[in-house]
Amino acid sequence: MTNAIDAVASESFRDDIPAFRAGDTLKVHVRVVEGNRSRVQLFQGVCIKVQGSGIGRTFTVRKVSFGVGVERTFPLHTPVLEKIEVATRGDVRRAKLYYLRNLRGKAAKIKEKREV
Amino acid sequence: MSNQNANVRGLLGRKLGMTQTWDAANRVVPVTVVAADTNVVTQIRKAETDGYSAIQIGFGEIDGRKVNKPKSGHFAKAGVTPRRHLVEIRTDAVEGYEVGQEISPELFASGDIVDVTGTSKGKGFAGVMKRHGFHGVGASHGAHRNHRKPGSIGGCATPGRVFKGLRMAGHMGNDRVTTQSLTVHSVDTDKGLILIKGAVPGPKGGLVVIRSATKRTEKGVTK
Repeated sequence: MTNAIDAVASESFRDDIPAFRAGDTLKVHVRVVEGNRSRVQLFQGVCIKVQGSGIGRTFTVRKVSFGVGVERTFPLHTPVLEKIEVATRGDVRRAKLYYLRNLRGKAAKIKEKREV
Repeated sequence: MSNQNANVRGLLGRKLGMTQTWDAANRVVPVTVVAADTNVVTQIRKAETDGYSAIQIGFGEIDGRKVNKPKSGHFAKAGVTPRRHLVEIRTDAVEGYEVGQEISPELFASGDIVDVTGTSKGKGFAGVMKRHGFHGVGASHGAHRNHRKPGSIGGCATPGRVFKGLRMAGHMGNDRVTTQSLTVHSVDTDKGLILIKGAVPGPKGGLVVIRSATKRTEKGVTK
């Protein structure tokens, strides 16, 4: 029974998504449709949350734009995304980085992970 | 309302559960997956013989030993293996069907508007807040063991009784429920699946009847 559900969901799964987690800085290439033409918009920021499982998995990217915090949540498998690039790996100790919302400037910076 | 059953199509299915997918405009569509394979016509009711016209369809596997004599005789007459469920779909358009014919999910196409009937999940004996959406009684201000009660159920000596039909606590769920005017998202003939946009009554594994909608013919068009 659940196998049939998984089979339906797996048709929409994307296999071109890199592994990332909260704390990583992502470059998200979003397809934007304006009228009848579409272009690709870049949304770059820190991934503060990855939640859900299977086809319903989503992630949230936060950036500070002109002093205003902007967060966008995307379904991981949505066809709207052209591609996702991992710019840097962050060194964090939480799965959900909501504390970044209360921090400004240098305090909101995430240490880069050192590969050993 | 004479042609209410004019061109009704219908079949039986088993609700498998819900998932999500994307439409042409890349929007998320929540869908219910219904397995609707092995539908078979077991009898055709006609106005001349039965007083009404309908098609009777069987659905679902069953061990042949579990079928009683009258039913197995009925299936044998139709020339099909016994099925677990039998349902009649009232329709005037019976010409295209033959007894023993299999109905595939192709009966419905993407974009069709359908009504889905199922048996809702049983909730047991439920109070008025859950069953009828009453607001209950205040949490504080000295309320004493009185938080989820209905309050007054009527006057005293006049009328001296409780009105009929007053909403009270009682058994909730396990009812026949129809959700009207749902859209068929897509049909997978190979796997025998119908994907219906939105929720459908009943638990996973529950039997559902999918019928052409009574109120709408296509999206946005009311009959």
